[in-house]
Amino acid sequence: MDFVIALLGATLRIFTPILLAALGETLIERAGILNLGIEGTMLLSAFSGFVVAQLSGSLWLGLSAALLTGILLCVFMGLLSVTLGLNQHVAGLGITLLASGLALFSFRILYGGSSTPPSLERSFAQLALFKGTALEPIFSQYGITYIALLLVPILGWLLMHTSFGLRLRSVGENPEAADIAGLNVYWVRYQALIVGGALMGLAGAYLSLAQLGAFTHGMVNGRGWVAIAIVIFGNWQPSKVFYGALLFGFLQALQLRLQAQGIPLPYEALLALPYIITIIILALAGRNASYPAALLKAYRREGA
Amino acid sequence: MPIPFLSIKNLSKRFGSLSANEAISLELYPAEVLALLGENGAGKTTLTKMLYGIYQPDEGELILAGSPVRFRSPADAIRHGIGFVSQHFSLVPSFTVAENVVLGREGSALLNKKVLNDKVRQTAEHFGLALDPTSLIRDLSVGEQQRVEILKSLYRNCQLLILDEPTAVLTPQDVDKLFETLRNLQNQGLSVIIITHKLEEAIAISQRVAVLRLGKLVGVEQTQNTNAKALAKLMVGRDSVPVTRNEQHHQEKTTVLAAKGLTVKDKRGLTTLDNVTLELHAGEVLGIAGVAGNGQTELVDILTGMLKPEKGQVLLAGKTLDLGNTRAFEVAGVGRIPEDRLKGVIADLSVAENLTLEHIPQFSKTGHLNAKAIRQEAENLITTFQIKAKPNDKTRTLSGGNIQKIILARTLSKNPSAVIAAQPTRGLDIGATNFVHEQLLAQKERGAGVLLLSEDLDEVLRLSDRILVIYGGKIVGEFMAAEAELETLGLLMAGSKDVAA
Repeated sequence: MDFVIALLGATLRIFTPILLAALGETLIERAGILNLGIEGTMLLSAFSGFVVAQLSGSLWLGLSAALLTGILLCVFMGLLSVTLGLNQHVAGLGITLLASGLALFSFRILYGGSSTPPSLERSFAQLALFKGTALEPIFSQYGITYIALLLVPILGWLLMHTSFGLRLRSVGENPEAADIAGLNVYWVRYQALIVGGALMGLAGAYLSLAQLGAFTHGMVNGRGWVAIAIVIFGNWQPSKVFYGALLFGFLQALQLRLQAQGIPLPYEALLALPYIITIIILALAGRNASYPAALLKAYRREGA
Repeated sequence: MPIPFLSIKNLSKRFGSLSANEAISLELYPAEVLALLGENGAGKTTLTKMLYGIYQPDEGELILAGSPVRFRSPADAIRHGIGFVSQHFSLVPSFTVAENVVLGREGSALLNKKVLNDKVRQTAEHFGLALDPTSLIRDLSVGEQQRVEILKSLYRNCQLLILDEPTAVLTPQDVDKLFETLRNLQNQGLSVIIITHKLEEAIAISQRVAVLRLGKLVGVEQTQNTNAKALAKLMVGRDSVPVTRNEQHHQEKTTVLAAKGLTVKDKRGLTTLDNVTLELHAGEVLGIAGVAGNGQTELVDILTGMLKPEKGQVLLAGKTLDLGNTRAFEVAGVGRIPEDRLKGVIADLSVAENLTLEHIPQFSKTGHLNAKAIRQEAENLITTFQIKAKPNDKTRTLSGGNIQKIILARTLSKNPSAVIAAQPTRGLDIGATNFVHEQLLAQKERGAGVLLLSEDLDEVLRLSDRILVIYGGKIVGEFMAAEAELETLGLLMAGSKDVAA
């Protein structure tokens, strides 16, 4: 029983940044933009949050810096792919390369090549719910985890039951129809990028300001790419994206526990397990995927 | 005379050197249906796009209810009470009817679906449009989707509704329903502009007909004072202009290419090609006249192996061809000059590569390309077909005329027994057009059968020995070119039924 409780607690810790990033990506993709800048955006957000928190001594300032970084990088993505209409794959990968490089370069300048990574004196504390019950170990999480959990229904509601959501979905499905209905397609796409960017920034902040309280250059470690896979798995719906992130978090937590238990399997095999299962599930889920119809398409008005 | 709802004054629009609309002046009154009639490229769509803010006029002005207006965008036009239903619906397939209708006009940040559905339902009922606000667009028929488009405009309180070729995609039953709706709107005081090239429809629904030809307004008639013949004459407008045409009768009757009972249905289940049978003889040019979208594209695609029909067969020199297999068609000797020349070449490959692309096996050995042979062939063809380019030039950099020459060179140099030429001179200048014509006639002299599909009636008359008219996916008439009457052709192309072919 202890094993299961510990496993579930670890699941939530691991799934939080992936869920946040995947939710942000969901919003952006629903508006018609595939943001492959996600991996670099998370890393640079984690970095800027860490630096600001360390220099100012305020975690809240650090958190704001991370959110702002996420937003700015996604607005930059918008500049390239929405305003200039460049290829989204190229723009996104470019942003990931740029943001990752910028994070590592700045880190080197600020902290040199020290062998022990610098850490914060104080990071976000955990917030325990259900105190004194058996559930306490599961729900001893950072505040951001609870925010992420609350965001799932909130974003689902936002997409389906507000005019903001209707407009966002319309520019991702048929921007021409949205334009003819009098909407500013570009502005709606930027709005999606801003909200999505904040979520990616929050995912980065979770890593450096809460979970680790430090910055290392490998700290995002492919979580952005996993988030993109989970968006497809979740068929662009926040509730299903939640299950996808949960499943991945669970598999990751499980393989860590199994490694710790000393299972007679090469640890590399265990490390690969969550990714292998992700690929299998994606191959199955991807067949029924219903992409936003205008995904990857820059919108240009006819005759303009 | 009542005050016009909209006055169009001297409206002009140019695209480069092409004058799409030239000083058009027209008045539109409340509670009237005006039909805008004209051939393809006459400027109907350009005119209406200016009325809807998609294009900006180069000259002229619009006067709406007494005051001058300028529409900078569709949103602008909507605010002024203009509604537009284009041929391509701008609907979100995964949204419900109500979501599509209220998009951009939700009224509040929170969507109360029940309230919105009721509002949309009320508007639909008020104008007599049968629609369920909760159904998804992708589950609706084309006719129903069109109704949603109309409803979108009505929901935005439009006073003038413009419909661009609304019947082109509809079944006859849906056309009846549409006309009923339009009469309904008219009774409620709305103005309607309906673009069409079908004479019977213009007469059936409108009070007045405005006819455009080559970008100019050539006549506005009270519908009750005119008839299909008079309108066709206005539309085609070549009453007095003599047309060069092929006067030779060719006697030979050896069939090279035969199509039997070709039938195609599109994704929506509408029949786009209906039991088409034709025979192409050796040494003749067989012209297919018709307005775009009447099945020509499907016919060409079948005859070049790009499309597999539901029914029918194609025979070349008596032998059945494997339908839908482009390679088989090419090898058997069907030469293809495609409708869209940019799809006939690979723009980023070189001229030499494009010239040899269709015949790669001749220039390769065990998968290895023989660069020297390719270059040799390219140089030969460039000389023979007067292509202004070097073998290594990127095809993208060439003019339309030279790209068309590449396609001609590649296809015709193989001496095909049947040549399928679709819109071979569309968009070309006079020099290039003449070159294409000469080449096609040379093929005929050589003894090949040439099937010419063109929207340009002059071209069809000039080159063909025999002419078939296609309308609604059917062959509706056959003439010897020397004997065909323009007026009859025009009427048939416009789907008129009171002509004995």
